Amino acid sequence: MFKIVKREEMAEGTVILNEIEAPLIARKAKPGQFVILKATEEGERIPLTMADTDNERGTITIIYMVVGKSTATFRDLKIGDGYQDIIGPLGKPTHLEKVGNVVCVGGGTGVAVLHPITRALKEVGNHVTCIIGARTKSLLILEDQMRAASHDLRICTDDGSYGHHGFVTEVLKEVLEAGDKHLVVAIGPVPMMKFVSKMTAEYNVKTIVSLNPIMVDGTGMCGGCRVSIGGETKFACVDGPEFDGHQVDYDELMKRLQAYGEDEKAHYEHHCRLQGR
Amino acid sequence: MAEKGATQEKIPRQPMPEQKPEIRRRNFDEVPLGLSPEAAKLEAKRCLQCKKPACVAGCPVGVDIPKFIYCIREGDFKQSIRSLWTRNSLPAVCGRVCPQESQCEGSCIVGKSGKPVAIGNLERFAADYERLQGTGELPPKQKPTGKKVAVVGSGPSGLTVAGDLVLKGHDVTLFEAFHKPGGVLVYGIPEFRLPKDIVFSEVGFLEKLGVKLEVNAVVGRIVSVDELFEQGFDAVYLGVGAGLPQFLNIPGENLIGVLSANEYLTRTNLMKAYRYPEYDTPIPRGKDVVVFGAGNVAMDSARTAMRLGADRVRVVYRRSRQEMPARAAEIHHAEEEGIEFFLLTSPVRFLGNEKGRLIGVECLKMELGEPDESGRRRPVPIEGSEFQMDCDLAVVAVGAGANPLLTQTTEGLQLNKRGYIVADPETGKTTKKGVWAGGDIVTGSATVILAMGAGRKAADSIHKYLTWGW
Ligand SMILES: Cc1cc2nc3c(=O)[nH]c(=O)nc-3n(C[C@H](O)[C@H](O)[C@H](O)COP(=O)(O)OP(=O)(O)OC[C@H]3O[C@@H](n4cnc5c(N)ncnc54)[C@H](O)[C@@H]3O)c2cc1C
Ligand SMILES: Cc1cc2nc3c(=O)[nH]c(=O)nc-3n(C[C@H](O)[C@H](O)[C@H](O)COP(=O)(O)OP(=O)(O)OC[C@H]3O[C@@H](n4cnc5c(N)ncnc54)[C@H](O)[C@@H]3O)c2cc1C
Ligand code: SF4
Ligand code: SF4
Ligand code: FES
Repeated sequence: MFKIVKREEMAEGTVILNEIEAPLIARKAKPGQFVILKATEEGERIPLTMADTDNERGTITIIYMVVGKSTATFRDLKIGDGYQDIIGPLGKPTHLEKVGNVVCVGGGTGVAVLHPITRALKEVGNHVTCIIGARTKSLLILEDQMRAASHDLRICTDDGSYGHHGFVTEVLKEVLEAGDKHLVVAIGPVPMMKFVSKMTAEYNVKTIVSLNPIMVDGTGMCGGCRVSIGGETKFACVDGPEFDGHQVDYDELMKRLQAYGEDEKAHYEHHCRLQGR
Repeated sequence: MAEKGATQEKIPRQPMPEQKPEIRRRNFDEVPLGLSPEAAKLEAKRCLQCKKPACVAGCPVGVDIPKFIYCIREGDFKQSIRSLWTRNSLPAVCGRVCPQESQCEGSCIVGKSGKPVAIGNLERFAADYERLQGTGELPPKQKPTGKKVAVVGSGPSGLTVAGDLVLKGHDVTLFEAFHKPGGVLVYGIPEFRLPKDIVFSEVGFLEKLGVKLEVNAVVGRIVSVDELFEQGFDAVYLGVGAGLPQFLNIPGENLIGVLSANEYLTRTNLMKAYRYPEYDTPIPRGKDVVVFGAGNVAMDSARTAMRLGADRVRVVYRRSRQEMPARAAEIHHAEEEGIEFFLLTSPVRFLGNEKGRLIGVECLKMELGEPDESGRRRPVPIEGSEFQMDCDLAVVAVGAGANPLLTQTTEGLQLNKRGYIVADPETGKTTKKGVWAGGDIVTGSATVILAMGAGRKAADSIHKYLTWGW
């Protein structure tokens, strides 16, 4: 069992942080990599990016949004409880290189995935501008951490309750207009990544996105995570999860994420009824 | 009814009791129910106890078939399983899944003039009897040697290596990427053909013998082969299987509802999606299912689809019936369960709706032309023969390739041009010192018994290396 040593709730309890004992994974993990977790015997294998790792404490940290049955089961785990299985580190690490001026764009829980990458990009000597967004102020996560991890932090909320009133793409446009940007990293909901990539293509700035298709094994064995990149099929778990944002077929990814939509919704609602939520 | 000119005693081949097709096609319980001790003894009497048994030559691991059958005939079931174990550590598995018709039973002399002795069913009987009624007594183990062996992959070949070496006194650790051991036996072959309890009981037996099991350990990610040596392992065996799904590479393959057989079977078997929502992993329950391919994997997928509630299941294969690589029993069982075969048919593209969901597949009719490199007649498309099949689920079971995850992260390992590991067929030695390999990752997708045979040879070679240094 992989024990939970720290647990925090964020964004009004819709986002949960778990720090988990997994020393062998912590020793190997690099920014951009993910793990697959299964809480119980009957549980599903769920991929989540490592938001942090601590080799000395022998722990990894995950931050996830509660969206369905599995993440709801995870939410019920307390400090001292644990996950039955954790597999990782999986996926290719982020390619970290000093390129000059980098813009990191994060939306929703994508900010959690973006955080270790942002920090590492700064550490290798890039100048990092960060733009993070949420629907409303109370749902914004990791503001302080992102401020520390970058040189310049911009905040947006869809409802204007905090920072810029509007979408991250609007602030990104301003930042790109100012010129001299060498790389954009965008992580968040698929539509966000799609629109960021569309915009950066106009400005001709290289863009990396992190894709989140449905996965089973995470080792290239099932092909369930296939995505189309520049017309070619790739397996996100081994060829990614990061890809050139200008090559991704986002519409296909959005559809594929709905593969089990109806089944899962019913399953989740049933679970909530049982839990009296 | 005895066949004309059959054995001297004219005993007919004892039929295997089975669940009726119309019932079993909707459940996941095992199809054959097993022979009773009486039927097994009777069947054993059909064996002529040949002095030069042709059947043994047909078994890739050389099971002493007349001997174990003789013991059954005499009612000494304990001795029978002991004899089996000296050559085959997974008889309960092999009795169920070996392609007997092209191996042991295919060579049996009784088969020349009638139906061959039911070697597979008898092997299964002896193993099941021991598991269910046996004493559970452990075989003797040699003194600890102080040598450590890492076995990567817990499929049949890894399990064989682990079992052989632990008995020789070595300290063995099995590393498995999945959260459960067993390889294809657990994630691929369905419950109705090989109950998972059997596999777990075999693994439990190895653990009792002292084999350590590390699940969730993707070697190449959490630890590299070189690091295993740094951690004090003296030898490493790679039995990671052929875990790379092949697709058809035709338009529309990324539509929702097109799955690789690996994904379809892993969800069903390993994740127990057939018991959704009791288990959390979902599975698409197609009503009109098309499966591409004609090997065991295709039969397993088609029969799974039927059990998950399909109204219609069609198997589409581009060659003819003769070339179908599946075990005879699987094809027969599939047909009994109402699965339809569309032979000499090849898919051209998948068709979807605006939500990106599969609604059909366009196919072409084929005819057989000249033989190709494999000696089989090559299927050639018949021009203008396009037609459309409606379907809401398609499972692609056209073969597997070498998964590069481990091999790419291991230096000094020679691979062939298709990405499989190059290993000496006699010893399993690779080009990297202290590293052996065997099973599907060396041969490409083959059979359980061949993977075990490769494991046995490698275990002998590893034992020599650990004892004498070569
Ligand atoms: C490599 C990778 C890294 C990820 N990292 C994180 C992370 O750090 N934090 C985080 O909150 N989430 C992350 N995700 C997404 C996370 O895996 C899903 O949210 C989770 O699987 C949902 O499971 P569930 O059973 O709770 O919900 P489900 O009941 O399975 O799904 C609920 C809803 O979410 C959709 N959905 C299903 N799977 C996914 C998916 N993979 N991504 C997005 N939506 C999905 C469904 O269509 C459905 O509408 C990551 C995904 C991948 C592939
Ligand atoms: C659906 C299906 C049906 C079949 N039916 C039959 C049949 O009826 N009869 C028959 O004889 N054969 C059958 N076969 C073929 C047979 O199962 C295989 O030939 C055999 O299992 C190969 O054994 P193996 O030990 O080489 O590999 P596998 O059984 O593939 O086991 C390899 C194991 O290694 C693990 N692994 C992979 N990479 C890593 C890594 N990096 N680190 C740690 N672990 C790793 C995998 O998770 C897996 O558990 C079937 C195959 C399939 C897929
Ligand atoms: S191991 Fe397989 S081939 Fe050998 S005797 Fe048993 S069933 Fe036949
Ligand atoms: S060939 Fe047939 S009859 Fe002869 S020993 Fe083998 S099983 Fe018995
Ligand atoms: S998750 Fe199975 S291949 Fe990527």
